[in-house]
Amino acid sequence: MLTIKDLRASIDGKPILKGINLHINAGEIHAIMGPNGSGKSTLSSVLTGNSRFTVDGGEVTFLGRDLLAMPPEDRARMGLFMSFQYPVEIPGVSMVNFMRAAVNEKRKFNGQPALSAAEYLKMMREKSQLVEIDSRLTSRSVNEGFSGGEKKKNEIFQMAMLEPRLSILDETDSGLDIDALRIVANGVNKLKTPETSAIVITHYQRLLDYIVPDVVHVLYNGQIVKTGGKELALELEEKGYDWIKSEFDNK
Amino acid sequence: MEKVNSAAIKDKFTALYRQYSASICAGMPEPMNRQREAAISLFSERGLPEKGCERYRFTDIMAAFGHTYGYAINPNNETVDSKKAFRCAVPGLDTYTITVANGWIDAANSTIPEGVVATGLADGAQSCPDLFAQHYNRLAAVKDDTTISLNTAFARSGLFLYIPDNVTIDKPIQIVNILSGENPLMVNQRNLIVAGRGSQAKIVFCDHTLSERQFLLNNVTEIVMLDRSQLDCYSIQNLNDHSSQIASVLIEQNTDSQLLANTLTLHGGFVRNNLEVLMNGPHAEANIYGLSLPNGHQHIDNFTYIDHAVPECTSYELYKNVLNGHAVGAFGGYVLVRPNAQKTNAMQSNKNICVSSDSRMYTKPQLEIYADDVKCSHGATVGQLDENALFYMRQRGIGEDEARMMLMSAFAHEVVRTIRIPILADRYAEMIENRLRGKQAACGDCFMKCDKRG
Repeated sequence: MLTIKDLRASIDGKPILKGINLHINAGEIHAIMGPNGSGKSTLSSVLTGNSRFTVDGGEVTFLGRDLLAMPPEDRARMGLFMSFQYPVEIPGVSMVNFMRAAVNEKRKFNGQPALSAAEYLKMMREKSQLVEIDSRLTSRSVNEGFSGGEKKKNEIFQMAMLEPRLSILDETDSGLDIDALRIVANGVNKLKTPETSAIVITHYQRLLDYIVPDVVHVLYNGQIVKTGGKELALELEEKGYDWIKSEFDNK
Repeated sequence: MEKVNSAAIKDKFTALYRQYSASICAGMPEPMNRQREAAISLFSERGLPEKGCERYRFTDIMAAFGHTYGYAINPNNETVDSKKAFRCAVPGLDTYTITVANGWIDAANSTIPEGVVATGLADGAQSCPDLFAQHYNRLAAVKDDTTISLNTAFARSGLFLYIPDNVTIDKPIQIVNILSGENPLMVNQRNLIVAGRGSQAKIVFCDHTLSERQFLLNNVTEIVMLDRSQLDCYSIQNLNDHSSQIASVLIEQNTDSQLLANTLTLHGGFVRNNLEVLMNGPHAEANIYGLSLPNGHQHIDNFTYIDHAVPECTSYELYKNVLNGHAVGAFGGYVLVRPNAQKTNAMQSNKNICVSSDSRMYTKPQLEIYADDVKCSHGATVGQLDENALFYMRQRGIGEDEARMMLMSAFAHEVVRTIRIPILADRYAEMIENRLRGKQAACGDCFMKCDKRG
């Protein structure tokens, strides 16, 4: 699904990612944990093509294609989705029109005809039920005036609509109460198939109680410094990140 | 455009008036003719407003006069094909249509609602002598903008519209202003609209050019809204980009009257709008909106002046610009709250997006408040499209150009949604989208051939 080799990236000349290596197979969920400033969100931004970051080296292959050579919209149309840590409010653009444009751009990219109005509305209804999002939210402007929890649910709703192959959940748990966290995690689990993969970026273990990872990586100072099974997350929860920091800072 | 100086223009028009004053007055009503001398005197004393003065801080009006234009004392034989005129109607919108060709009413191509007076100026002065004499040039004479004086001195063509007391017009009145001909032409159209007590009407002005010649449209429209009248005035400005337009709309609102004004500027090389509202009776309410979408080398300046002369009136203003190419936009928003105008509510907002790095926007809110129990606010912003929103949309698979389009349309929508004729709102949205996509702004089957515009 996704192979990252020696990925290096910087912002305003300051190196953030210093050689990331990662391989994700179809059907796998990988958690990426790490202390603040370790480069977690930079990794998701670089993978999705945010031009604020400069790629300084390395390569990324997604479904057999050179991901870094593609504009953000083509990465998305191929099936790369990111749930934003801070979803953007877009006043005046209705959720209905926004999602219709996104769904149909993807269909066009894949050689499929645009959905009819009826088909599209049926899809909206089904997916909003699946992820338990209030259908009134989908009739408003994108994220405008949504609470923190509503914004995150809306991200999962969009994920359901776009049926991505690889989803990056960037700190999706931040700012969520336990009920919203459960709804968001349930949504992600319902959308899971043997053909889809996910990268769950999180600071804390609690999201991983709901979305159980196959592999856990620890990112520190721009590199993956530890990889293990789901028990690694529990260990981090117990010990904090200081033991990782001291282990690597002393090297 | 040629560089012209203000003294040359002043002398030229003064001499022109002196030479042709008999022809200019011929056949025109006395209430018009008796005002001309004072107007041309003011003009010959002051000339056109200089760039940098209070009202023209960012705009050089000479740019509009930088061509040699012809001036027609009488209507020429330019007639508009009636089939074409009908096709100009908003699709699906059932309206009364008044066709105006180079300033003159084309009665053969007009349908006038019953119970309403809609005529040329001379006929208007004949059918409603008292009303005409009472209101003609009343609002305009006190303005010190000499583009208005120039109009008063030369005006012969234009429209007199009277909606009698308590008359509600069932359909919108569309006034199609067409400029055509093979030679450069200056048109000083003068309109007087009187909305009687308790009357209700919706008026849609459409300004078009039918040829690629340079036109200078120097229009003055006086609108008197008597007690409890309700008027919606929509204006779609779409001259070719070689042409210039100075549109002065002077409105008086009396007790309990309600105004909605909405100006959409699509094309036109040089556009200056003066929208002045005198709040002259308690509980009058004015809602004023404007949207301009300049591109290329267009220069669009919206100047508004809201005079709260009496207590307990409300004015709300929202002007937006989306600027592309090398376009220059300007907004001047003057709000005056006079000492006795207590309990005034006055809100003003001007929001702008400079899409291209070569476009420029100047904005100047100006509030002068002499009463102490009022609510007044103003705000102005100039920015770019939201990069975070663009990235968010692209991450969902929406291409960059489409994402920009959606953001620009969304920005414009705040003005479009104020339109109270649903089909017109749809057409606005369509024209705005076409304009923003760099296509021509006229609707699909319009005969205006605007698609030839460079």
